[in-house]
Amino acid sequence: MSRTVLNVDEVSKRYAGYKSDLLRFATWFGAPLQPDSEHWAVRDVSFFLQSGQAMAVIGENGAGKSTLLKMITGTVRPTTGKIEVGGRISAILELGVGFNMEFTGRENVYQAGGLMGLPRSEITALMPEIESFAEIGAFFDEPLRMYSTGMQARLAFALATAVRPDLLIVDEVLSVGDAYFQHKSFSRIRKFKEEGVAILLVTHSMPDVREICNRVLLLDKGRVVKDGVPDEVVDYYNALVSEKETAKLSIEQRRAKNGWVLSRSGTFEAVVASIELLDAQTGEELSQVGVGQELALRVTAKISADLPRLVLGIMLRDRTGHVVWGTNTWHTSQVIESVGAGERVIYEARFRCDLGPGSYSISPALVSSSTHLDNNYEWTDNLLVFDVVNFDKAVFIGTSYLDAQFLIKRIEP
Amino acid sequence: MLLALWRYRHFILTSILGELKARFARSWIGLFWSILHPLAQATIFALILAEVLGAKLGGVDTKAAYPIYLMAGLAAWGLFNEILSRCLSVYIDNAGVMKKIAFPRICLPVIVWGSAMLNHLLLLASIVVVFLFFGHYPGPAWLFLPVGIILISMLAFGLGVMLGVLNVFSRDIGQVTSIVLQIWFWLTPIVYPASILPQSLRWLLDLNPLVPLVGIYQDALLFDRVPDPQSLLVPTIIAMSLFAASFLLFRRASPELVDAL
Repeated sequence: MSRTVLNVDEVSKRYAGYKSDLLRFATWFGAPLQPDSEHWAVRDVSFFLQSGQAMAVIGENGAGKSTLLKMITGTVRPTTGKIEVGGRISAILELGVGFNMEFTGRENVYQAGGLMGLPRSEITALMPEIESFAEIGAFFDEPLRMYSTGMQARLAFALATAVRPDLLIVDEVLSVGDAYFQHKSFSRIRKFKEEGVAILLVTHSMPDVREICNRVLLLDKGRVVKDGVPDEVVDYYNALVSEKETAKLSIEQRRAKNGWVLSRSGTFEAVVASIELLDAQTGEELSQVGVGQELALRVTAKISADLPRLVLGIMLRDRTGHVVWGTNTWHTSQVIESVGAGERVIYEARFRCDLGPGSYSISPALVSSSTHLDNNYEWTDNLLVFDVVNFDKAVFIGTSYLDAQFLIKRIEP
Repeated sequence: MLLALWRYRHFILTSILGELKARFARSWIGLFWSILHPLAQATIFALILAEVLGAKLGGVDTKAAYPIYLMAGLAAWGLFNEILSRCLSVYIDNAGVMKKIAFPRICLPVIVWGSAMLNHLLLLASIVVVFLFFGHYPGPAWLFLPVGIILISMLAFGLGVMLGVLNVFSRDIGQVTSIVLQIWFWLTPIVYPASILPQSLRWLLDLNPLVPLVGIYQDALLFDRVPDPQSLLVPTIIAMSLFAASFLLFRRASPELVDAL
C-alpha cells in the first residue's frame, strides 16, 4: 500500500531585502511594508511523493534545489504555500552538523541525535547498530578530532539513518567518502526504498539518479521545468545544459513506441539523416543481434550550412540508461575540416557486439569538438534501439561479454 | 515553545555538560580558568584600589571588606555579562546547525543560560572557599542570592535574546552592545561603593536596574543584609517584561532568522 508521505503545494520562497533593518523589524509587528528588493529562490513548486517512491531533484546551481529541501526539512519557512509531511523526516543536508570535535563518537551520537529530536533512551537502544554501521572500531570512544573525514562521514550517515524514517532527504552528501562508504550508504538507501520509505535526493550525479530514483524533478530558476521518469528528465536536462551554451538551440522530446525517450536538441546545421545497424559481412539491417556478432553502424549526416569542423559522437546505453560505451571522431583523430552546405557524410563504425543480452540504445551527436558544449549541431538520445540475444554462448549475465575461460585443476588428496 | 524545550531536554542537558567538558578537554586545569579569571580580576582591583576605596566601605570592620565587596559585585556582573554577550552571538555562532537541522531554535539561548548558570554556581562555591580563608562566614542573608541569580539572568536573557536576534540582521548591534556593556560596568557600583558618588550623579544609579540586583549580592555576601524589597520592585518588572518581550520578538523573527544567516 502506498500512501502520500509528502505534499508540496504551490510553495514559494522569497528572500526580501529592506532599505533599512528598522523597516524589516517593523514588518514582524505587522507593518504593511513592501521589501526593497526581492529574490524568489523557489516559485510555485507543487508535487507529492508516495511511500516507496524515490525522487531526484536536479538542476543547475542556484536552481532552488537546496532551498526546497530546507523548506521540506523545516529549517527554512516557505513564504507562501503549504508543505505537509505524513510521518517522520530524516534529513541529511550536510554530514556531521552538530558534531563537537572534543566529544567522542559515542557522545556525539547522543549530542547530534538529541539535535535530531531523538530521546536519549532511543539513542541508547540504537547505539550498537550505529556503532556497527559506522565501522570505526576503537575510535568510537576517541574524540572526534582524531577522526578522518571518511570516518566522520560514516558516523554521521549511520546516525542519520539509524531510525527508519517515512521520508529520507539527502542533499548531495554521498559524494564525500570513499567508494566503500558510497556503496554502503547507497545500499542502505535502496533498502529503505524497498521498505517503503519515500526518498528525496539532490544530486549532480546522473548515474545515481538513474540507479536509485524512479522519478525526477527538474528545477530551473526556482520553477519546476519537468517532472517525470529518469531517462526522460535527465536527457532533457542534458539537452538544457547544452542549450544554455549555444543560444539558438531547440529541444524536442517524445517517447518512441518501444518505450525509449527520444530527446533531440541542437542547431540542426548538421543532422543525422539515417542511422542503421548492419551485419558486417552481409550488410543486412538488423534490430536483433547475437552476442559476439560482427556489426557495422552506419550514420549518414546531412549538412545544411558551411561548418568549420564536424565530429560524430556515439553513445551506447543499456536499458537503465547507464552508458556502456561511447566515443567520438575527435578522440579517434578523424575530425573532418570545412564541410560545405548540402554535403553528405557517411560514417561507418565497425565493432564486435561483445554485449550481454538485453536492450540497448545508440545516441548519435554531431558536434564541432570533443564535447557537445561548443557547437551542438544535433544530439539525439536513443535514436536507434536494438536487442542483444545470446544465441550460441554459454549463459552469462551483465552488459559485457568477456569470453572468459575457466581452467580447472583437481587435486586428489 | 515550552513543550519543544521539554522534548529537547536531554539535548539541552548534554550540550550544557558538553560545554563544560570542552573547557576541560585540552587545557591543563580546564574549568578552573573560568573561576580563576574573575578571582584574578578581583585580586587586581583589590591590590590597586584597596587603599583608596577600602576605607570608604562603612559598617564592616574586617580587613577583607573591600575584596569581598569586589568579588560579590564581580560575580553578579559576570553572570549578567556572560549570558548577555553569549546570547548576542549564539545564532551567528550556530548558523551552520540552524541552516541544516530542524530543531527548536529557542534551545540555543537556553543552553547558553544553563551553561552560564553552571559556571556561576561553581564560581560561588569557590568564592565561599576564599571567604572562609578570609575568616568571613556565610550568614542567613545568603539565602537571598537565588533571587539575585534569577532576576539577573532573566534580565540578561531577555536583553540577550532580543539583541541576539537583531544582531543576525544587523551586525552593528553586537559591536555597539560590547561598548555599552563596558560603560555599563563602570556605571554600576561594583569596583567602587555607591557612597563615593557625588549627589549630582546619583540619578544615574536610580536609572540603572542592575544596581539593586548587584546590591543583593553585595548585601548578602558582605553585609549579611536582607535586600530592600522596595528597591527590587522596578528591576523585577523590567527583568520580567524584557524576558517576556524577548520570547515575543523571537517568535516574530523566527521565520526570517535562518534566511539572514
